[in-house]
Amino acid sequence: MGGTVLLIEDEPNIIEAIRFILSRDGWRVDTHSDGETAVDAVRHRRPDLIVLDVMLPNRSGYDILNDLRADAEFTDLPVLMLTARGQKKDRELAEKLGASRFMTKPFSNGEVLETVRALVGQ
Amino acid sequence: MARPALTGSRIRRYRIDRGIKQAELARQCEISPSYLNLIEHNRRKIGGALLNSVAAALEVDTTTLSEGAGAAMTSALDVAAGGFVAAGREIERSEDFAGRFPGWAQLVIQQQARVAELERLVETLNDRLTHDPFLSASLHNVLSTVTAIRSTSGILATGDDIEAEWQARFHRNLYEDSQRLAESTEALVGYLDAGGDADRTLSLPGDELEAWLTDLDWRIEAFEEGRDVDVSEVIGEAGSVLTSSAARTLAARFLERYRADARALPGADLEDAVMAGERDPMRLAARFSVDLPCAMRRMATLPGRFFKGGLPPGLVICDGSGTLTFRKPVRGFEPPRFGASCAMWPLFQALQRPLTPVRTELSLVGQDDVRFETWSIATSDYVAGFDKPPVVESTMLLMPVLAQVGAEDVPFQVGTSCRVCAITDCPARREPSILMQSDTMV
Repeated sequence: MGGTVLLIEDEPNIIEAIRFILSRDGWRVDTHSDGETAVDAVRHRRPDLIVLDVMLPNRSGYDILNDLRADAEFTDLPVLMLTARGQKKDRELAEKLGASRFMTKPFSNGEVLETVRALVGQ
Repeated sequence: MARPALTGSRIRRYRIDRGIKQAELARQCEISPSYLNLIEHNRRKIGGALLNSVAAALEVDTTTLSEGAGAAMTSALDVAAGGFVAAGREIERSEDFAGRFPGWAQLVIQQQARVAELERLVETLNDRLTHDPFLSASLHNVLSTVTAIRSTSGILATGDDIEAEWQARFHRNLYEDSQRLAESTEALVGYLDAGGDADRTLSLPGDELEAWLTDLDWRIEAFEEGRDVDVSEVIGEAGSVLTSSAARTLAARFLERYRADARALPGADLEDAVMAGERDPMRLAARFSVDLPCAMRRMATLPGRFFKGGLPPGLVICDGSGTLTFRKPVRGFEPPRFGASCAMWPLFQALQRPLTPVRTELSLVGQDDVRFETWSIATSDYVAGFDKPPVVESTMLLMPVLAQVGAEDVPFQVGTSCRVCAITDCPARREPSILMQSDTMV
């Protein structure tokens, strides 16, 4: 494998855990915690995949996704959305905005690994 | 409409219901079958001894045949049946049911009230889960922490080759997260406990206001007496009747207006004028130099003893969308609590022609013992300024007048809401009535 993942999430212990399991699987993991500057971070880091939390400080994950998809450079960038609300309308919104996958907290480590591998393998 | 209002029709219905042949009943009552036939079709009057013996033969009370069950009870049963499709088949027999089993009918009505209350509670709770910011924030908190714990413990549980430094770090994270989880669940439980008294905290703000005003008989005595009391003080006296802040906001708005109304047209002047026989809100408005809606609102605060017949007036106010914003029910006129009202109300005629007063006499379908004199007017305020939509408000005052049952000159008939209205040929009907779904009985 060996691609790069940008993890946009603001819970330090979730960041630590996800970073650990992805790194051990051979990914290079960068992290970013602020919603406002997340799009810039993606432009700067150019990851192979992003893991994007919906509830972020200053800006919602949906808005970030919307901006990314509007940019021709990131139309095909795999995006895994994370949310603590598994409601149908949240899922629908994520799909409509162009999320590649949608995952509800609390997820298992196995699920994350599998999904990340599948997304970049696509 | 299948519900007979006449004694003969009732006799016929009870007879068929009990499977008794016309000839058989006639024989028992010692009259000819053809005479009974005339009675059953309301072509001959029946009363006295003959009515008694017909009642005895049919095993019902004489009054059940002569008066039928109360219209109020019958329409309450119709409302109860409205929620359940299967009941529709016997909808035309609700009066029969109420007459024969008043106790059971009362139970059905009470259960219906309870069902409606619980349905509303579920809706409110559902709303709360979706929109309550505190609840949603703390659930998010709990889920985030659980996610971190699950992930971290997953790593520790499977990882045989984790460096000691990382292990220590994850253990520390687990400890932190479990602390956080304990705190946030505690806060959540505390919050849910505080909101657990559903009756007090979960009713709609409009209902709380109405319950409070009903307790007060729709009058604020302090303002009537002209005392200079602060609105917040009056709300304070309401205590636990007004719990939610939304209800208090509604109450404050209502009270501000009430106080201004009472200053413009003081209680003592109003009472004198009405005692002297004045019951036309337009003349009251002119005499005291207030606007018509104000005069109408003032009249609606007077108790029944000020009026001939002893019934207090009712008042309904709606906004530009036709939504009822104020409802003071009156005997025989209970505006719907949820859903849309009858489109034929003069309230809405007035709404279509702002500043044109509408005076109408009307009766409610199914209520033949009371009719209403109504005054309505809509006003519009351009509070938002030029080029902005106006804020429109329509007000209707209803003065109930007791009527002779079976009187010939029935005024214009309206309903309360389409679902429970029996007017078959209404041009403004919005949805079919549950009262018309099975019109099989003759």
